[in-house]
Amino acid sequence: MTTVPVPSAALRARRRRSALRTLGFLSPWLVGFSVFFAYPLIATVYFSFMKYDGFTAPSWVGLKNWAYVFQDNPFFWPALRNTLWLVLVMVTCRVVFGLGIGVLITRIRTGAGFFRTLFYLPYLAPPVAATVSFVFLLNPGTGPVNTILAAIGLGEPDWFNDPGWSKPSLTLLALWCIGDLMVIFMASLLDVPKEQYEAAELDGASAWQRFRFVTLPNISPIVLFAVITGVIATMQYYTEPLVAAKVASGVIGGSGQHFEPGYPDKSTLTVPQVVYNLGFQRFDTGAACVVALVLFVLAMVFTVFLMRRRSGFMSPED
Amino acid sequence: MPTYRRTTAVALAAAASSALLLSACTGSNDAGAGDDPNARTTLTFWHGWSAPSEVAAIEANIKTFEDKHPDIKVKVVKGITDEKLNQGLRTGGSSAPDVVSSFTTDSVGRFCSSRALTDLGPFLDTSGIDPATTFLPQMARYTEHDGTRCTVPLLGDAYGLYYNKTAFKEAGITAPPKTLSEFDAAVKKLTKAKGDGFERLGFMPLYLGYETTVEHYGGQFGVTYVDAGGKSNTAGDPAVKAMFTWQKKLVDDLGGYQKLNRFRTSLGDEWGAKHPFHTGQVAMQLDGEWRGKMATDAELDFEIGAAPFPVPDDRAADYGKGYLSGTVLGIASNSPRKNAAWELVKYLSTDTDAVVSFANAIHNVPSTMAALKSPKLNNDPLYRTFVDIAQHPESSHAPSSVNGGAFLLTLQDHAIAYEKGAEKDLDALLKKNDAQVDKDNEQAG
Repeated sequence: MTTVPVPSAALRARRRRSALRTLGFLSPWLVGFSVFFAYPLIATVYFSFMKYDGFTAPSWVGLKNWAYVFQDNPFFWPALRNTLWLVLVMVTCRVVFGLGIGVLITRIRTGAGFFRTLFYLPYLAPPVAATVSFVFLLNPGTGPVNTILAAIGLGEPDWFNDPGWSKPSLTLLALWCIGDLMVIFMASLLDVPKEQYEAAELDGASAWQRFRFVTLPNISPIVLFAVITGVIATMQYYTEPLVAAKVASGVIGGSGQHFEPGYPDKSTLTVPQVVYNLGFQRFDTGAACVVALVLFVLAMVFTVFLMRRRSGFMSPED
Repeated sequence: MPTYRRTTAVALAAAASSALLLSACTGSNDAGAGDDPNARTTLTFWHGWSAPSEVAAIEANIKTFEDKHPDIKVKVVKGITDEKLNQGLRTGGSSAPDVVSSFTTDSVGRFCSSRALTDLGPFLDTSGIDPATTFLPQMARYTEHDGTRCTVPLLGDAYGLYYNKTAFKEAGITAPPKTLSEFDAAVKKLTKAKGDGFERLGFMPLYLGYETTVEHYGGQFGVTYVDAGGKSNTAGDPAVKAMFTWQKKLVDDLGGYQKLNRFRTSLGDEWGAKHPFHTGQVAMQLDGEWRGKMATDAELDFEIGAAPFPVPDDRAADYGKGYLSGTVLGIASNSPRKNAAWELVKYLSTDTDAVVSFANAIHNVPSTMAALKSPKLNNDPLYRTFVDIAQHPESSHAPSSVNGGAFLLTLQDHAIAYEKGAEKDLDALLKKNDAQVDKDNEQAG
């Protein structure tokens, strides 16, 4: 018969102190996690099964809110389709364009400072001001963009007033404000060891091959970072499409006016706008929680998928 | 039960029932309405006005109120949108409003059914104010929902037709149109083409043409929106079909949706000096009484007139009516100072001098019968046109709904699809509209 050694009292006390010390160091995070993540998440799940308008006590309605959102709400599916479109197209365009601008600017020998400032400046504009300016630039009737397009004999799109052009217009706006991504890419590009380029040149690698086999592997963690943060930011995309739709529709405010969310034809409606509309305009907290949960799950799925694919982007050293 | 216990129980029951009865009589049936209206207190009042002249006008009224009620101070917060208002009403707390005003009359149903705002019925009873005779009857109706009066009207808006008299003379039109067939003819006479667009458009009929919303058109057609059972009835109401058909025909006659929308997007904004009616780009405008003051302030180089908006030919007898809306006042349900708050609400909404001076200052229509008859009321003929529209017995407002103005937004979305030509089967479209509105109302109810 074997005997299990019993820890001495001193050892137990040491372990307890160690556990308490660990908890002490973790406590700021634990408090933050509980207050700002765990509790809101649990509350969101709870309210998704309740009828709750923020004034009267919540009451249990089972799956009614879920059924309403998925079957009867006229905004949810268009908003989800738009958000997915933006995640796929806008994020891709931003990463490719940001990287392209970063590569060009790091290669420029003269006037690099001027071009860096030029591309970074629009990012400093507040989102509302940038969006309003952009809508005026792209005004189909009076905007300078269409005036130039007409002068050179090209077609004149209706931009934010055409459901087929409204999301590409938002993408152009996002590309105009590419300054943040450009700076991150520039920093990572300048960090690529020069000797690797020299070695590649000695081996006779072309410009594309040097980019593909030297630059890209070196900056792949930054590309992954840009994609994941871009996906999460696009999932939360709210201000720009809302302002663009309001300004383009001409319904800026005033009594008796009804703003068509997602103008035109719900093409700029995003999931966060639906959460706001249900929760804060229609007082339907339950349905708003359902949409918020869908958004949370989608963001998690995208992030987990990208993190699982990170092996293709990153080397073991990363 | 021992005698002394029975006596105590009876005394407690009597006290409780007396308290309940008294509170019902004094308008204090909501929690927290037991405050002394004469006690020293500070009220927080949120309102939506932001233009300097409007803010000065409301603050002048508040100053007079404070002079009359030396124990009540009022902290005024300006420029409050309905979004901020909803949040303030929900969260409560020390900086939350006691008294609120909203421009969105369509939200009254939601405010009342959710109990975001206190039922003012008992307060009105205690003060001996009969809303039906104190306020314009239509305004008294749009400030309550299903028998719960959670708001009172402050000032009203009436919608009518502004027209460019100079353009009328040039086109040989001698008087403003009274019926829609006369109106359509005038629109075409006043319209001047320029390339693919317009040098001047007789009228911008699109549903996003500023105030050309479904409910503003709907008022002229007598649209009822709901049936006797409270269900959406746009498919069953011939007035809706008549409205959709008339508007679509006018859009098509002027060149179609694409052409009009491109012109619309090139126009200046509604609240700026470059409003297309001010610039002469449109010759007629469906708008509220405030436009007269804005146009006068813009010092136009042409003469303008105002008249009621035309009515369908088969409703010619109703000419003179228009859509009514306005500002509403209410007391937050979570306010601990409801009796003091009522003093402010009562003063702002029913004191004739206060109502008249405020109406004159911001060029809105008074909401009380006494103020409408006041000799101190603005005599400007443009303004008086809208005062008359407000008093027309057939002038109306859309019904209140548990879901606020969501039913109007849904109808407007479908109306836009129809004017574009994206939806061609009107009967099917209106049935779809009714189904959606009923589902949304069921979710909200």
